[in-house]
Amino acid sequence: MQNSTKNLDVSVWRGDKSGGAYAQYAVPRQENQTILDVVTWIQRNLEPTLAYRFSCRVGMCGSCAMMVNGKPRWTCRTHVRKVLDGNRIEIAPLRNLPVIKDLAADMAEFFDKWHKAEGRFHPTATRDDDIVPVLPDSPRRKAASAGIECINCAICYAACDVVENNSKFLGPAALNRAWTLINDERDGGREVRLRAVAGDGGCHNCHSQQGCMTYCPNELNPTLSIAGLKRVTAMAALKGEI
Amino acid sequence: MLNVRLYLAQRISAMVMAPLVLGHLAVMIYAAQGGLSAAEILSRTQGSLWWGSFYGLFVIAVSVHAAIGLRVVAHEYLKLTGAVLTAFTLIVGLTVLGMGGRAVVAVVM
Repeated sequence: MQNSTKNLDVSVWRGDKSGGAYAQYAVPRQENQTILDVVTWIQRNLEPTLAYRFSCRVGMCGSCAMMVNGKPRWTCRTHVRKVLDGNRIEIAPLRNLPVIKDLAADMAEFFDKWHKAEGRFHPTATRDDDIVPVLPDSPRRKAASAGIECINCAICYAACDVVENNSKFLGPAALNRAWTLINDERDGGREVRLRAVAGDGGCHNCHSQQGCMTYCPNELNPTLSIAGLKRVTAMAALKGEI
Repeated sequence: MLNVRLYLAQRISAMVMAPLVLGHLAVMIYAAQGGLSAAEILSRTQGSLWWGSFYGLFVIAVSVHAAIGLRVVAHEYLKLTGAVLTAFTLIVGLTVLGMGGRAVVAVVM
């Protein structure tokens, strides 16, 4: 890796739930450098008390998401050169979530809503039963596969304007999870899940603005999953099933 | 703030409104281009079950659709919730229904 003498002009949000402000740092520019590298460099060299969250560093765990120049990003897979605004980078905790400290957002609300949407698998068989055959090309398996690679990074949640304006909205990730389970042939929680996503904070509050799809680092389309939920819950309501 | 029943009511009212809006536009263009006077229009609409049903249904669909749409705006931007939000929805729906119904009665009766 070739070092450059040029420094990046980095603004990092420092504070907690009672408030905070941006602090300025000069960070040496590297040819290959991610946003997570920048944050880590600041913590190790300038600001040991800087709080942030990361784990795998390879885009699998979903724990390092932050706002970068106003947009939600997975910082371990976001290269500085792709998001640099002139020579400036502004890094903040994820939007639409309370702050614990500095760049660490409180994810409790995000995962609580995941459960409220019945994101839990409802088993219908025991270990003594035969394995349920699931054909890879069946429409339900394809629908489930389209949304299954969610890593719960909450980038979609931070990108969603409905979440910002409607605190009860379950959000794209929770509803996407519900849609994958609706299409899971082994799952037995269809009715309870349809009720969970058809209530006041449910799928019908989505305005289909597709911010979730725009920023999902795994290129999933939660808006499409939510459209599927709207369709299935509407049919179930018309049939008197929910 | 929507649930599945309000969502269905808004979608179904939109489906009802779509052909009625096109019919209303056609009537407006016909009346304006033909140079019909107010008296000539009233002579066609007064006592007409067809025009009464056409615009009566239109007003009902608009009342339902607009009330639910403004309910979402009121919740997201004015932060109305609970009984206040329900009251807002009902007031908007009944106001549009009353004003539209009065207009329908005026041209049909």
